[in-house]
Amino acid sequence: MLELEDVTKEYPGPVLALGGVSLSVREGELVAVVGPSGSGKSTLLQIMGTLDRPTAGVVRVAGFDVAELGDAELAALRAHRIGFVFQQFFLLEGMSALDNVANGLLYAGLPAEERRRLASETLERVGLGRRMRHDASKLSGGERQRVAIARALLGRPAIVFADEPTGNLDSRSSAEIVALLRELNRDGSTIVVITHDHEIADAMPRQIAIRDGLIEGGG
Amino acid sequence: MRAMSLPRSRLLPRDVLSVSSMGLRTRRLRAALSAVGIAIGIASMVAVLALSESSKADLIAALDKLGTNLLTVTPGQSFLGEDAKLPKPAPRMLRRLAAVEDVAATASVSSATVRRSGYIPKEDTNGIGVVAADPALVRTLGGTLADGAFLNSATIHEPVVVLGADAAARLGIVSVASRPLVLIDGRWFAVAGILSPLALAPELDSAALIGFPLAKKMFAVDGSASAVYVRASPDAMNAVRPLLGPQANPEHPEEVQVSRPSDALAARVAAKSAFTALFLGLGAVALLVGGVGIANVMVIAVLERRSEIGLRRALGATRGHVRVQFVTESLLLAGAGGLAGVLLGVVVSAAFAASRGWPAVVPTSVVVAGIGSALGIGAVAGLYPAMRAARLSPTEALRTV
Ligand SMILES: Nc1ncnc2c1ncn2[C@@H]1O[C@H](COP(=O)(O)OP(=O)(O)O)[C@@H](O)[C@H]1O
Ligand SMILES: [Mg+2]
Repeated sequence: MLELEDVTKEYPGPVLALGGVSLSVREGELVAVVGPSGSGKSTLLQIMGTLDRPTAGVVRVAGFDVAELGDAELAALRAHRIGFVFQQFFLLEGMSALDNVANGLLYAGLPAEERRRLASETLERVGLGRRMRHDASKLSGGERQRVAIARALLGRPAIVFADEPTGNLDSRSSAEIVALLRELNRDGSTIVVITHDHEIADAMPRQIAIRDGLIEGGG
Repeated sequence: MRAMSLPRSRLLPRDVLSVSSMGLRTRRLRAALSAVGIAIGIASMVAVLALSESSKADLIAALDKLGTNLLTVTPGQSFLGEDAKLPKPAPRMLRRLAAVEDVAATASVSSATVRRSGYIPKEDTNGIGVVAADPALVRTLGGTLADGAFLNSATIHEPVVVLGADAAARLGIVSVASRPLVLIDGRWFAVAGILSPLALAPELDSAALIGFPLAKKMFAVDGSASAVYVRASPDAMNAVRPLLGPQANPEHPEEVQVSRPSDALAARVAAKSAFTALFLGLGAVALLVGGVGIANVMVIAVLERRSEIGLRRALGATRGHVRVQFVTESLLLAGAGGLAGVLLGVVVSAAFAASRGWPAVVPTSVVVAGIGSALGIGAVAGLYPAMRAARLSPTEALRTV
């Protein structure tokens, strides 16, 4: 499902954010990438999620070699095969929870009614069925992250990347989100969670430790 | 490994609209304020064009009412460049033509002056000329009287005068109710009537009209006309016009000048366009300022909504989708301003036309051009901000702080 071979990423500076990372994630896995702040986790997620290209190395996602795809093809890959969950949720204000979730397939070319139908099903799955019509800005942090997770899952992507999904949540909401991710994984979703929090990482079936841009274990 | 093919990212046209209107729906006040400039520009242009059409329609209606079948026959110049004269029987001869419906002659009495009293110096003519006229003159010209009555077969023999609109105003006479008198070359004349302005013979507005018989008796008028007004049957206009010269002066038809006064009115219709161009220019400046305002708002929107752009890229939007979103947003903004401007322009011009008694005319082409130019401005204003939004890489856009 996901394969990285000797991936490096250098930012102008120069800063070597990733110093040669190899790892693979199989279908149906729930993996935590854990490491301290500044260790290169977000950089890794951006490269795995095709939001950025590596300086060197091979990245294969959902059967596609990223180096062989152009900008528009990478966008298509994200539209159809990849879901994202961010620490800041990134919900659109002034839109209902339902419409925010429906945005998950906005660029897949599905008609709005179809998207809304799928969105309401998915909101039920994440336990927000009764909050569907609420404006996104009126929900609690935990609820917002559930909406964001439902949006990421809407198109049944091959893989979901979550960057510090509990970073803005209190411990109770965090635990609920972790439980939800485990449940979704049991139902078949492939999920990579990035976190600096070992407690959260330990709740996942598999951990990959990263430090200073290098895999320390679990790759 | 790359076995399966991938469908492209797609944003349905309906979704383009809802995505692009989101920024406007969530920031209504800002959207409204930034569309005001465009609205004012379009409103002024629509109002100016519509009013110019209205005033033209009014002039054309006036022309229709006055008729374009009036011809004026005046003496021209002789072969030697001297002022020619119309032969005395010219009016009678012209009346004989089958296609001629009405004929009225006038002759100016160049020596005479008109005053309200003897205390006013003789030299102070006020620009009023004494003109001998046929009783048929008002009918022939399609003129009306503001007050009193015109000369008739009885009063043409008596010291009775009818004043043109300007002449009456200059003499300070507004009505004939008090039986006003004026002094013409030492003799008191009763003012029998005051004419309304004569659109087809403005030269008579400053005249004091008296009967031919009295003019011949009092002044050394030889009876040769200085102008003969001819009302022809409308269908025969083109046929009759070349006949008038030879008919008026069979021996020297080239010394006769024939003109159609309605042509001068028609020329005024064309002259109106000069003003229109000036006001259109001002409207265009307002439109330009409005466009800059929209561009400004769009640049700010792109800066503020960086993380939204990043999210959309993560959801699978291509650079093109981002570009289309912001260009469409700008188009919607300008289009709404344009629509409001057209409505405002129509209302303003209709109200103004009504106050002038003009017909309210709003040509469809003006409405289309108004909305079209608003959209054009919107496209130009939105292009640069949209390009900037599209150029952002997903990671740049998603980066917080
Ligand atoms: N766009 C960038 N330009 C330059 N340096 C960057 C950029 N993004 C991240 N870095 C640097 O790369 C390193 C890894 O950052 P990041 O991947 O954000 O780590 P983490 O998510 O684990 O905190 C850090 O030293 C950071 O300062
Ligand atoms: Mg990070």
